[in-house]
Amino acid sequence: MSDTKKIMMLGNEAIARGAYEAGVKVSAAYPGTPSTEISENLVQYGDVLYCEWSPNEKVATEVAIGASMAGVRSMCSMKHVGVNVAADPLFTVSYIGVTGGLVMVAADDPGMYSSQNEQDTRMVARAAHVPVLEPSDSQEAKDFVKAAYEISEKYDTPVIVRTTTRLAHSQGMVALEDRTDVPDKTYERDIAKRVMMPAMAKKRHLVVEDREKRLEADACTMPINRVEMRDTKIGIIASGIPYQYVREAVPEASVLKLGMVNPLPRKLIEDFAKKVDKLYIVEELDPLTELQVRSWGIDCIGKEIFTVQGEYSANMIRSAILGQKTDAKSPAQVPNRPPILCPGCPHRSVYTVLNKLKIHAAGDIGCYTLGAVAPLSVIDTTVCMGSSISTLHGMEKAKGKDYIKNWVAVIGDSTFMHTGINSLMNMFYNQSTETVIILDNSTTGMTGHQDHAATGKTLMGEVVPAINISRLCSAIGIKNVTEVDAFDIVSLEKIIKEYVASDDLSVIITKSPCVMLNQRPVTHKCASDPEKCRKCGMCLKPGCPAVTKREDGTIAIDDTLCNGCDLCKSLCKFDAITDVPL
Amino acid sequence: METKNIMIVGVGGQGTLLTSRVLGGVMLDGGYEVKMSEVHGMAQRGGSVVTFVRYGDEVFEPIVEEGCADLLIAFERLEALRYAHYLKKDGIIIVNDQRMDPMPVVMGAEKYPENIIEELSKEHKVIAVDALSEARELGNTKVFNVVILGVAAKAMEFTKEQWNAVIERVVKPKFVEINKKAFELGFEKAV
Repeated sequence: MSDTKKIMMLGNEAIARGAYEAGVKVSAAYPGTPSTEISENLVQYGDVLYCEWSPNEKVATEVAIGASMAGVRSMCSMKHVGVNVAADPLFTVSYIGVTGGLVMVAADDPGMYSSQNEQDTRMVARAAHVPVLEPSDSQEAKDFVKAAYEISEKYDTPVIVRTTTRLAHSQGMVALEDRTDVPDKTYERDIAKRVMMPAMAKKRHLVVEDREKRLEADACTMPINRVEMRDTKIGIIASGIPYQYVREAVPEASVLKLGMVNPLPRKLIEDFAKKVDKLYIVEELDPLTELQVRSWGIDCIGKEIFTVQGEYSANMIRSAILGQKTDAKSPAQVPNRPPILCPGCPHRSVYTVLNKLKIHAAGDIGCYTLGAVAPLSVIDTTVCMGSSISTLHGMEKAKGKDYIKNWVAVIGDSTFMHTGINSLMNMFYNQSTETVIILDNSTTGMTGHQDHAATGKTLMGEVVPAINISRLCSAIGIKNVTEVDAFDIVSLEKIIKEYVASDDLSVIITKSPCVMLNQRPVTHKCASDPEKCRKCGMCLKPGCPAVTKREDGTIAIDDTLCNGCDLCKSLCKFDAITDVPL
Repeated sequence: METKNIMIVGVGGQGTLLTSRVLGGVMLDGGYEVKMSEVHGMAQRGGSVVTFVRYGDEVFEPIVEEGCADLLIAFERLEALRYAHYLKKDGIIIVNDQRMDPMPVVMGAEKYPENIIEELSKEHKVIAVDALSEARELGNTKVFNVVILGVAAKAMEFTKEQWNAVIERVVKPKFVEINKKAFELGFEKAV
């Protein structure tokens, strides 16, 4: 019996539920905001499906491809930049097609809440000739995942379900249904279809082209593409979350709501355009729909009044289409509150030492990217996952080792396992002399603490042997590999000085679990004695949010924030910071 | 019913997510359509965070627009000021009377604004509560957010029993009692 009760679900939770109901048997992912909660929610169905954290998105996609080939419905999920990492298998599995249904969930981040760029996955999907569904609330997030599997199997294609941060991290009401029992497809050997070497791939390319044409025609009658005729003065084509903004801003307008945004339903769009006086296209990020519609000779209004940057809102659409301004006051001019490393974060300790030694760091992706922010200001560059090590290598090859004698690469444990390891192999192979600092906090921190191959635990909670990062680096052949407690700033300073001065490739692994894992027991908090404080400001250098200045210039430590890491205490030369036992 | 708009603002790590989940739960039990929008990821790390909660007969967008909020629940004074322009003219602010210096202020690059509560009171109904002290007396500073929620609850139409039922459902069993006490404290304190 179906349970028709509606419950509140995060967009990502609903996607997980959709996968469960669609009968998915295998899922693989690498965590990345805003996609992480999909896998975290899939685990609850662990008795009927397998899910894993893979080391990166390319691996995750290939795992899903393998599961599909074996005949079951499979899924991989990732953030938008993860799609770049997975692009290699994605572009070719588009040729191969599927056995069991194959869905990739790609989570874009308009507004860059937690990302390094604002790329539009629809663009990648178009290049890969893969259909894209775009839900606009939690209920659709679940329904569209199920629809995606039907399309995947009917058209023999991988399907992308594209979400955005606003959908992924919004909660809405969802009606639950039972899991569908989907029988496994039978694997039959088909070398011409599954081995993509030139002679075979040429034939498959024709299949891909034909598939896309059929999809484009069939999209005109798919129920996920829906025409809502109201007043015909204004017609709007919208999909995803912007559809909700449109409904809020211009409730009387007619809307063509696209559930499938690639390929586009040409005839449906042409018919809709004829019925309305003025046609608007409301899409966040790149003008994909707009360019396609214009290429068909249809007159429309799009990016000349809408931005390609950030998130949209009802106020913004109201202003752009109707010329109505809100009567909201302008925001007060107040100090910014940028994100910062947590009180007690082990990265802060390492950065304090690097800052003292005036060392520049090639940075990477994680919480520790915040080492670029004042007052630490240690990180000079961050590109993408794993890039710290390889960009530093490139700098050395460009200008020689003396040019970067005050540089190190910093990378987190999870990022190192993701793609950093490849870059380190390159450093060894091509004879770099640099120092790589692996900030090992035993977790994938920024995305909310997910396990990886070096933590000893799987997504499904199984305890497994952990890859030893130190031994992994040694196995490459690197002679200078040292582990050091991240909070032992004396030893840390000594080893950094020694390794940076050396002409050999070296790795320092700074160890201390993320403070939010609560693995390092908090035994006390710190307090500052105003009598002893000489206002020298040393304890302010690490930029801990718990340490602030009083009116008179002495230091105050906020006991609700302090985690008793003692970094400030170890920097105080006047014993003005003391322990307050809990 | 016309859709109601609530915002919870604060500093990442203050527990805005739990508070919004309790709020959403109560509205759902009340038979409304509910949509909420949250912040996860990097912005959560000590940064300014905002959660939107909307409920009514039919809700489209999950965000609250500038000039549209009925209720602004602020866990910190500066954050109340930062988001005050989201309020309607007759919107209410409930603010935890606490100061947390953002990094530009700690470093001396910017000044923490003076007299925030007085300034906000010129244009809005403002209820300021020293929830941190109340929570400290209860023995756990972390539940200050539920004290604030208790105060805010007085400005909404749901009964204390409805709130308690959701707290029991949403909060980890170990912390249910202290959260119920914190809620009660705020609820009774509210004017």
